[in-house]
Amino acid sequence: MRGVTRVVCVVGAGSLLAGCGVAGGESRGGTDPNGVVRASWSDPQRPIEPGNTNEVQGGKVLGLITRGLTRYDPKTAESVNDLAESIETEDSRVWRIRLREGLRFSDGTPVTARSFTDAWNYTANITNKQVNAPFFQYVEGYADVHPADETARPRAKTMSGLKVTGPRTFEVRLTQRYATWAEGLGYQAFAPLPRLFFEDHAAWLRRPVGNGPYKVESYRRGKAMKLVADPAYRGPDKARNGGVELVVYTDPNTAYADLLAGNLDVADDIPAAQLPNAAADLGDRFVVRPAGIIQTVSFPFYDRAWRGARAAKVRRGISMAIDRDAITKRIFNGTRIPAKDWTSPVLGAKGGYDASVCGEVCSYDPKKARRLIEEGGGLPGGKLVLTSNVDTGSHRDWMDAVCHSVDKALGREHSCVVNPVGTFADYRTQVTDRKMTGPFRAGWQMDYPNIENFLSKLYYTDASSNDGGHSNPEFDRLIDQANAAPSAAAAVAGFKDAERILARDVPAIPLWYQNGSAGFSERVRDVALDPFSVPVYQAITVTR
Amino acid sequence: MGRYVIRRLLQMIPVFIGSTFLIFLMVYALGDPVTAFFGDRRPDPATAAAIRHEYNLDKPLWQQYLIYMGKIFTGDFGTAFNGEPVVDLMARAWPITIRLALLAVFFQAIVGITLGVLSGLRRGRALDTSVLLATLVVISIPTFVMGYLLQYLFGVNWNIAPVSVSAAAPLDELILPAIVLALVSLAYTTRLTRTSVSENARADYIRTAVAKGLPGRRITVRHLLRNSLIPVVTFLGIDIGNLMGGAIVTERIFNIQGVGYQLYQGILRQNAPTVVGFVTILVIIFLLANLLVDLLYAVLDPRIRLA
Repeated sequence: MRGVTRVVCVVGAGSLLAGCGVAGGESRGGTDPNGVVRASWSDPQRPIEPGNTNEVQGGKVLGLITRGLTRYDPKTAESVNDLAESIETEDSRVWRIRLREGLRFSDGTPVTARSFTDAWNYTANITNKQVNAPFFQYVEGYADVHPADETARPRAKTMSGLKVTGPRTFEVRLTQRYATWAEGLGYQAFAPLPRLFFEDHAAWLRRPVGNGPYKVESYRRGKAMKLVADPAYRGPDKARNGGVELVVYTDPNTAYADLLAGNLDVADDIPAAQLPNAAADLGDRFVVRPAGIIQTVSFPFYDRAWRGARAAKVRRGISMAIDRDAITKRIFNGTRIPAKDWTSPVLGAKGGYDASVCGEVCSYDPKKARRLIEEGGGLPGGKLVLTSNVDTGSHRDWMDAVCHSVDKALGREHSCVVNPVGTFADYRTQVTDRKMTGPFRAGWQMDYPNIENFLSKLYYTDASSNDGGHSNPEFDRLIDQANAAPSAAAAVAGFKDAERILARDVPAIPLWYQNGSAGFSERVRDVALDPFSVPVYQAITVTR
Repeated sequence: MGRYVIRRLLQMIPVFIGSTFLIFLMVYALGDPVTAFFGDRRPDPATAAAIRHEYNLDKPLWQQYLIYMGKIFTGDFGTAFNGEPVVDLMARAWPITIRLALLAVFFQAIVGITLGVLSGLRRGRALDTSVLLATLVVISIPTFVMGYLLQYLFGVNWNIAPVSVSAAAPLDELILPAIVLALVSLAYTTRLTRTSVSENARADYIRTAVAKGLPGRRITVRHLLRNSLIPVVTFLGIDIGNLMGGAIVTERIFNIQGVGYQLYQGILRQNAPTVVGFVTILVIIFLLANLLVDLLYAVLDPRIRLA
């Protein structure tokens, strides 16, 4: 261990000198409140701002520097009030929000009701081209600032549904009843923004300012971001270390090697190739926990061959032909869990997870699978073409395995073939242009831990992410009913009823739930992942 | 000589325009990059349209190309999708990659030529055989295998070299990546020099020099080496371009944020300005290196006249 720590000092010299002098010492007892955690990162694909960040890498930064009305407990994924003192509604349509007293941004300016409404209006406005704009689609007046017609100009600057009623209170009026609306408010797109953001946008992007436990000290684009704990932060999750340095790695394998060499403290997203070794390399410094991600295979309902009752039998048959247990064990070394419904276990029973929903359809039964497919008139076109991008996430490997499994069940070679697409961008373009002729990969990472997020966005008629074009009036009716429920708990029960329809329709085959994984160095402790598979940075302690 | 250089420089113009257009076409053919901004979610049509308009992606290909070329002459190479000007990316990436490539060429030239001369002069002996065997092994191992192997041994296991290169990429951290990058070319340089030297060693002019009673060192350096280096210099010159473009694998392994990384990122995100900008400069470097090699011929071999 000595040798390793010595190298840490040489390589990390400069920023980390403080922690270095003692790191090689004998005592592993105390913690260093000023110690800096060095964590792996990669270059966000869009500028980092709440309205424009929808992927994990930019999300890491926003998670460190912003706090919203609610937050999700890193352990239970439960939504609890954070900046909000109360969020109240009588009819699930008009929501009254009151903020806690004395809230401040890290530049000292106060967090007021306007910090929220201004930020939300900014994100929703089409002229600002924010990818997260659709999160505000249920707010009254959204259509005025974000017309659906691609050529139209916005008719208003602000959404009429947002009304500031006092320095710390505001009201949100939705276009429809939406019982679980408040459950989504912990998502980063709903974060408040300081005046600086609107007055000098370029400066804000160079060095983002928020209201979280950390503030940005320096940001060298494409290379690293240094964040320091904000001593003025008053929230319940104050940083237990001195700061976080996010270092851009071009390849997760390199980050992993740096972790082993002791040059990096936290590496999340352990590459699949290293998973078999991770437990041996890292021992108890290897963390795995369920993340709110489900991988499914979706069907193109815009293709006539996949519609109708007979095709439903074929879809069910294909699902039963996939040996999920074997594939998750062999290819993913147990970092994926065979799926038993269309949500995620991180929701817990309270959030709507229910392992009994999929039932027989999600179990491996090659004999019955073959019979169902034959009864349904065989595979459309004589064979199954499975499509996905193959540039990330070992997609090629599991697709080969799924095809092999289907081949075996049908007792016929090459009844299932893989159609690999080179880049994610190209794949998504083909999917949105409805060019799929057979089943295609559909991953879903939850925005907020609630069953509603897994169902209504994906399977409701013409919903924002209904790529396969699934449509079932009965399902839509149950979703509408659930949305209009008087309480979030009642809504969850309603959503579960809707989910049972999916078990009959099988618009998408649930494959497996994804786990997040991370490794950490001997220099740090208390490393955990939250339900979004992001390390809980503020809880990490650095040993002396 | 002067006229020759000017003619060669003029020839670069059509090559430049042709190659940029081809690359533009290829990135364009990859498809629409904007859908990827929305992750696994279906893009909001209005937002996607607005973003496409911002990057001129809603215009026909030829118009996009003209707009792009027009801007290049004002020094504007467009913006990457994370909002950064491509010029900034270049200013960051090029110095690192040039440093890496020069270091690699340095190893390649010094070690490769020395080994080649030694084994060429001792054809068939033990040293020659072992050099041939060693180079064969190096050539047959893919760069990424060698990269990960050396990284693991030197970086993780023995801790004598950094696993990844820090953001500033100082020379000492680049030594190991440069060796990995240079290894295969180094093997070729060695073999090329060896063949050339061993052939020339039996040439008439060497026999004459020996008969005149010139000292052995002088024969090797002044007569033998100078004539034998012509093919080697050609190879090295062209290899500079190869090393810069081919650094994609090595740069990824050692986390070097140079040209290879930016190109990789640009291709994955289908950002035409990034890819075209970087490749354009690569093309220019390639052309200039070729010109330099041709000029060097005349220096090495007085019989060659450039006109």
